[in-house]
Amino acid sequence: MKSPMKPTRPLIEAIGLSISFGPLHARNRVVDDVSFRINKGEAYGLIGESGCGKSTILRVLSGLNGDYEGALTLNDRELPKKRDKDFFRRAQMVFQDPYGSLHPRKIVEKVLSEPLKIHGFDRHSERIAETLDAVGLGASFRYRYPHELSGGQRQRVAIARALIIEPEILLLDEPTSALDVSVQAEILNLLKRLRVERNLTYLMVSHDLAVIAHICERAGMMFKGRIIEELTSQQIRKSEAREDYTREFLQASVEAVERGPEVAA
Amino acid sequence: MDKPLVKPLIDVKDLTIRFETPQRTFDAARGVSFTIGREKVGIVGESGSGKSQTGRALLKLTPKVATISAGHMRFKDTDLLAASERDMRKIRGNHISMILQDPKYSLNPLMRIGQQIVEAYRLHHRSPKAEAREKALAMLESVQIRDPERVFTLFPHEVSGGMGQRIMIAMMLIPEPDLIIADEPTSALDVTVRRQVLTILDELVTRRGTGLMFISHDLNLVAGFCDRVLVMYAGRIMEDLPAKELPKAQHPYTQALLQSLPRLDAETEELKVPVRDPSWLDGPVYRNGVLA
Repeated sequence: MKSPMKPTRPLIEAIGLSISFGPLHARNRVVDDVSFRINKGEAYGLIGESGCGKSTILRVLSGLNGDYEGALTLNDRELPKKRDKDFFRRAQMVFQDPYGSLHPRKIVEKVLSEPLKIHGFDRHSERIAETLDAVGLGASFRYRYPHELSGGQRQRVAIARALIIEPEILLLDEPTSALDVSVQAEILNLLKRLRVERNLTYLMVSHDLAVIAHICERAGMMFKGRIIEELTSQQIRKSEAREDYTREFLQASVEAVERGPEVAA
Repeated sequence: MDKPLVKPLIDVKDLTIRFETPQRTFDAARGVSFTIGREKVGIVGESGSGKSQTGRALLKLTPKVATISAGHMRFKDTDLLAASERDMRKIRGNHISMILQDPKYSLNPLMRIGQQIVEAYRLHHRSPKAEAREKALAMLESVQIRDPERVFTLFPHEVSGGMGQRIMIAMMLIPEPDLIIADEPTSALDVTVRRQVLTILDELVTRRGTGLMFISHDLNLVAGFCDRVLVMYAGRIMEDLPAKELPKAQHPYTQALLQSLPRLDAETEELKVPVRDPSWLDGPVYRNGVLA
């Protein structure tokens, strides 16, 4: 495990981040004054109900949405609202739905060679082979179309596409929630292994607490656009929360049904 | 478990659902046998295990290309295999109803919510409009919708996912069916909302003595919610056991599934990925912890 103890400067920092949608006369503030820090090599999670703003933060950080107030920094330098190419080389995103995020008419090789071309990498063929190997897909997958792959294999291709340009940061938006539990286990193991091997930094959004506790060291609990508290994975496991809402959320994730004390086993 | 003296609601023996196309033949269910009484039975399995098709087969709602065959498939005293489409229409909704995953797709978007519930009621009970309306309002209240008069006049797009699913539950329960088939009723919902919806469903089902067939991919959820669990794999029931006994499951597939889940109460460096044994396809299955 990495120790976030050293007083290092954070790799990613959000300072007073606010995001609003809607026309000017009826602005709807979905993220409200959010600040957090992620150190290099750390995995940070964002948890909360749908609509709490967790995916919105991820989309803003990844540069998909440039309309925000406050600042986002990478290595102590503020990121421009319109991100440059260098940022995209250093931070890559993996989306929830592997069925929707791969082009149906492109074979795996084409999917993987595009980012190489865009970012001016050499040795395309070797890099593709190496990356496919790193995500546990053999060379035989290189010339397949997405429809010839299972859900788990597609998600591996999506992860390979993100990794092939050797980023430092992976932004993970519910990367396993569309997958079966056995496939989820594969992908989570893969993410865990890759982080150690490549010293990656993760920002992961999920509604599944067990997944967050498994991957991340720390997580921010979001409620109505704010991070109401930060928890370590140990605190999540032990349900040690300060806020009532967090406690309720943790409880709801552990027990399916509210029951009287006599039935609860 | 208390083996009931009364007959089970559903009694299925050797159900096979075969999809036949010119290219290939595929069996979504292969010799599935189970009974459901007035209890909560969970059917768990991964995608493609045949759990949803099994649920649909009970209502004969499988696609046209599929053929259903079975030793027997009975609902109370009705032989579902021999039942005509006309008989099935009487059973659907009235005696067996179904709750689907996403309320967005199962509610009529052009009809006010109240009208849809009233329609569901009046299709099965001859009653004056006013009475049906009162019933519908009472039903909305029983699924803990605070302002039923207002919700009655809303359109489906004006309510949240959790409320939509509670409306679906209200609609399915209002004809007072004997059995509810719920196919992933909470997968589209947040954990806190999920808990609320399940608590309501649990209470109503228990109070009315309705049978519940709960189809889900979420093993933990089913373990916490249901009385009995059927684990499906590749079209067969691998294990049939009381939910409380799940940690003591015998079949290697059930064990592998349980171990593949990240857990909050036990930290692991690496999750176990189930290694699929081809012998499971036709190998032994377990019932209540012993070989069946």
